[in-house]
Amino acid sequence: MSRDWPLWEVFVRAKGGMSHRHVGSVHAPDAAIALRHARDTYTRRMEGISLWVVPSASITASDPSDDGPMFAPAEDKIYRHPTFYEIPDDVTHI
Amino acid sequence: MPSLPVIEPDVQAKARGKAPEGAFDPRDDSDHAGLAFEYALRLGDDALILGQRLAEWCGHAPSVEVDLSLANIALDLIGQATLFLDHAGALEGKGRDGDRLAFHRDVLDWRNCLMVEQPNGDFAQTMARQFLFSTWHELLLTMLSDSADAQIAAVAAKGVKEVAYHRELAAEWVVRLGDGTADSRARMVAGLDWMWRFIPELFASEEVLAPLLARGVAADPAAFRDEYDRRIVAVMSEAGLDLPPPQRAILGGRQGHHGEHLGHLLAVMQALPRTMPGEKW
Repeated sequence: MSRDWPLWEVFVRAKGGMSHRHVGSVHAPDAAIALRHARDTYTRRMEGISLWVVPSASITASDPSDDGPMFAPAEDKIYRHPTFYEIPDDVTHI
Repeated sequence: MPSLPVIEPDVQAKARGKAPEGAFDPRDDSDHAGLAFEYALRLGDDALILGQRLAEWCGHAPSVEVDLSLANIALDLIGQATLFLDHAGALEGKGRDGDRLAFHRDVLDWRNCLMVEQPNGDFAQTMARQFLFSTWHELLLTMLSDSADAQIAAVAAKGVKEVAYHRELAAEWVVRLGDGTADSRARMVAGLDWMWRFIPELFASEEVLAPLLARGVAADPAAFRDEYDRRIVAVMSEAGLDLPPPQRAILGGRQGHHGEHLGHLLAVMQALPRTMPGEKW
């Protein structure tokens, strides 16, 4: 049965103000049942107060074999981290 | 020639005099504490037997997600049963706790309704049973949240949210299977047909409960019969299902007159505590 069901990615918000975080996936015949399955699979121990389910097929992923051009160029750009800069002593509230 | 002996009028009169208890000893209903015990027992037994039935699916459900859904419902119900049966034991005052009542009682002493002991059948039959029972269960626990018995009220108030979810989930499956393929629809029709005859028992009015109703301890399901029917019809019409044809009602679970299925269920459920009494892990 579940082999015929599409896959859904599950996101849980742990508490108000936090973002939804990806926790895993479930099989389900439709979105409403996917929410039930997500609730029964991933929030059994008070893990969250809100759930999202997204059809896995709707996610466009980067190609792992393409990780060089995608991610390597950021490696030596350390000036993109705020800690790269020295803060002058007379600048407060930062 | 008839193969059975003629029943003499005096024998017949004697048998009639036993009705409706049949061969069973009539109960002593004058004892109010005994009545409250009896009522808490019913609440606990309904939950425990259905919880045990659902737990039978563990490892066998159509998918791992459904496996978890059914196990979650089972654990909710077994949790409620523990509280109700512990309370029943306290009301009885003979030193029996929930475990003692769950694992050391035989078929005739069980007070669950017949619907919950019905076999799982296929997934559609299990969901048909869950839908018909949880719809009733939610309405009952809602009323019992105001019970004059503080412990019953507290357990009911905790349980009603759990049971509302059971009802929602089961209703979703009734709609999907009823409005699904020709095969899933046939299975849901058969499942509802099997369970339908056990609905009247859920609403049977019983003189014996009158003192508890008067004291506000028990709830009279007659008060929510219309609401129950409305909810059942709403889901079934969404599923495109007709109501099953009228069937002869089967009653008796509340008096301990159970079907053959309960004994098999108890044999599995009670085997370990009876083989190794007092064992802990």
